[in-house]
Amino acid sequence: MSIIEIKNIKKVYNEKTVPVHAVNDIDLNIEEGEFTAIVGPSGCGKTTFLNMVGGLDVPTSGSVKIDGQDISGLSSKQLIDFRLHHIGFVFQAYNLIPVLTAAENVAFIMELQGVSKKEREKRAQELLDQVGIGDKFNSRPNQLSGGQQQRVAVARALASKPKFILADEPTANLDSQATGDLLDMMADLNKKLNITFLFATHDQRVMDRARRIVTLTDGEISSDELRK
Amino acid sequence: MNIKISWKNVWRNKLRSLIIIIAIAIGLFGGVFTNSFFVGMTSQRVNSVISNETANIQIHHPSFLLDESINNGMDNSNTIIEKIKPIKGIKGISERLNESGMASTAEANTGVMINGIDPTKEIHVTAISKKIIQGEYLNPETKIPILIGKKLAKKLKTDIGDKVILSMADGKGEVVYAAFKVQGIYNTNNDMFDGLQVFVLKSELQQLLKTPQNYVTEIAISMENDDLTQTAKSEIEDLLNKEINSKEIIVQDWKEIDPSLDLMIQTMDTFAWFFIIIILIALAFGIINTMTMVVMERTQELGMLMAIGMNKKRIFSMILWETVFLSLVGAVFGLTISALVIGYFGKAGLDLSVFGQGMTAFGMDTIIYTKTSIDFYFTVGILVFITAIIASIFPARHALRLEPAEAVRD
Ligand SMILES: Nc1ncnc2c1ncn2[C@@H]1O[C@H](COP(=O)(O)OP(=O)(O)OP(=O)(O)O)[C@@H](O)[C@H]1O
Ligand SMILES: [Mg+2]
Repeated sequence: MSIIEIKNIKKVYNEKTVPVHAVNDIDLNIEEGEFTAIVGPSGCGKTTFLNMVGGLDVPTSGSVKIDGQDISGLSSKQLIDFRLHHIGFVFQAYNLIPVLTAAENVAFIMELQGVSKKEREKRAQELLDQVGIGDKFNSRPNQLSGGQQQRVAVARALASKPKFILADEPTANLDSQATGDLLDMMADLNKKLNITFLFATHDQRVMDRARRIVTLTDGEISSDELRK
Repeated sequence: MNIKISWKNVWRNKLRSLIIIIAIAIGLFGGVFTNSFFVGMTSQRVNSVISNETANIQIHHPSFLLDESINNGMDNSNTIIEKIKPIKGIKGISERLNESGMASTAEANTGVMINGIDPTKEIHVTAISKKIIQGEYLNPETKIPILIGKKLAKKLKTDIGDKVILSMADGKGEVVYAAFKVQGIYNTNNDMFDGLQVFVLKSELQQLLKTPQNYVTEIAISMENDDLTQTAKSEIEDLLNKEINSKEIIVQDWKEIDPSLDLMIQTMDTFAWFFIIIILIALAFGIINTMTMVVMERTQELGMLMAIGMNKKRIFSMILWETVFLSLVGAVFGLTISALVIGYFGKAGLDLSVFGQGMTAFGMDTIIYTKTSIDFYFTVGILVFITAIIASIFPARHALRLEPAEAVRD
């Protein structure tokens, strides 16, 4: 069974006025352990697609199954809970709570899940070590570089023990050095811990590292290639 | 961690938070200080009426309340006094003989209220003896002494040692008159009182009006402490139950004697609360405005929090706590300043002598000692808390309407 099964999903914005077919009839399966990039020109529907996979948005039609569970029928309240327990998110920016330290940001999501304080603190430290900034656990986001902030975001995404991590343009605000380091770290997590990553990007450096590239054109899949 | 985030969020935009905190502090200070001013003024007025004019409790013949005439007195004042004397907390009891009449000098004449008193007893009941600004208090050793108010002295153009003729009707309705010598001039700061009330020796008034030894029109009772007035009053009513039932006497506390005082207390109280409520409503709009700006500014962050799994209840409580903290910091600040300033003017007094003339016409002191109870601060604190909760509903609703997919895109 695939970890993500997408069947005929469509997203139409402004259905009643000027319909925009942002995602048009996409079928896609993602297996556990993939390191996949959704690519394509700006406006092709990457974010819209990723949001539906992540339960942030509801498809106009079609179904999204995560680990066998159809999430297209869930209420917005149920979706919040589903996201909390099953999906990790890394965004382009505004990933962290500015008033909390790196460790507190990572611990925060575990608190939402009801993990005990002791366990939270232990795991937050472990995760920050794993993403390579264990020494920054007491720093606040504005004391960290963009790359370090994205590492904390990855640690936070991992903290909830999700089925997979969705990352929408995670490198868009980073220079090549930081991008390279972040990708190394994520590829490492993928290889060693079999963490599934699904990116939306038009960053060539991300594409170069992806093992599967799904290209969207006008909301439809125009190519789906496996590498290596 | 939710509450910790809310508290820290208050300080993210220090300038904006400080502005609303200062607005809250100034608003509350204005409300609380105004209240303390009116409470101080009212309680001074009440205390001065009790100590200079009414005492705490008075006993009369019921008809005296309708017609303050020498005919409406009580016969056995000595037995009444013997009965009530042992009651706990009584500071003094003074029997008086009252009659309205005319005071005349060569220059002018005017209507007055004549109080025949026993100065040695009156001294424990009212503070007139301490309000003498010229001459001296009534001395029972002297002949035909009279004590008049500053206002009356001016009206009659009279001075210490001058003669004043008092004329009045005796019990049979015949006009009697006699000359008195001004022994002292008093000033209570209440022009109405000072222009009307004159004090003479009860024994001399008795002779003039040809009334019996134990016949008086008024028995005034002062208490060690006004808190004891109500219990003392009911004790007196129990002891004099028979006389009350047969309509020979009536017992009244100062609120009943001067209903305008109670009205004043309640009006001031209502006014003070009204003022505080208006201020809180204004502050609520300021708080709503600030917190709405906060929510709009944090759209992406709120979107991210919803995306990663923070539910609406938690989002709501995060904004609610931030609003409450912001408001309570303002409240603590404002109430502390209020306490300090009120404490200062409570000791030093607020000198309003610039408006002095107008104030004394209403019986008000020219120096007001601000006064507030701990309860009042506490209640205001709770009201701010409630205001904050209500004010937080609007920005919180705004936040809850955000769609995470839209919010993270912005
Ligand atoms: N809320 C919305 N209402 C209407 N149209 C929308 C809305 N959100 C997105 N769109 C449209 O849907 C299409 C797909 O947008 P989407 O953001 O998914 O593209 P994208 O591939 O992520 O672009 P980019 O690379 O710039 O991030 C675009 O034409 C966009 O204008
Ligand atoms: Mg996008």
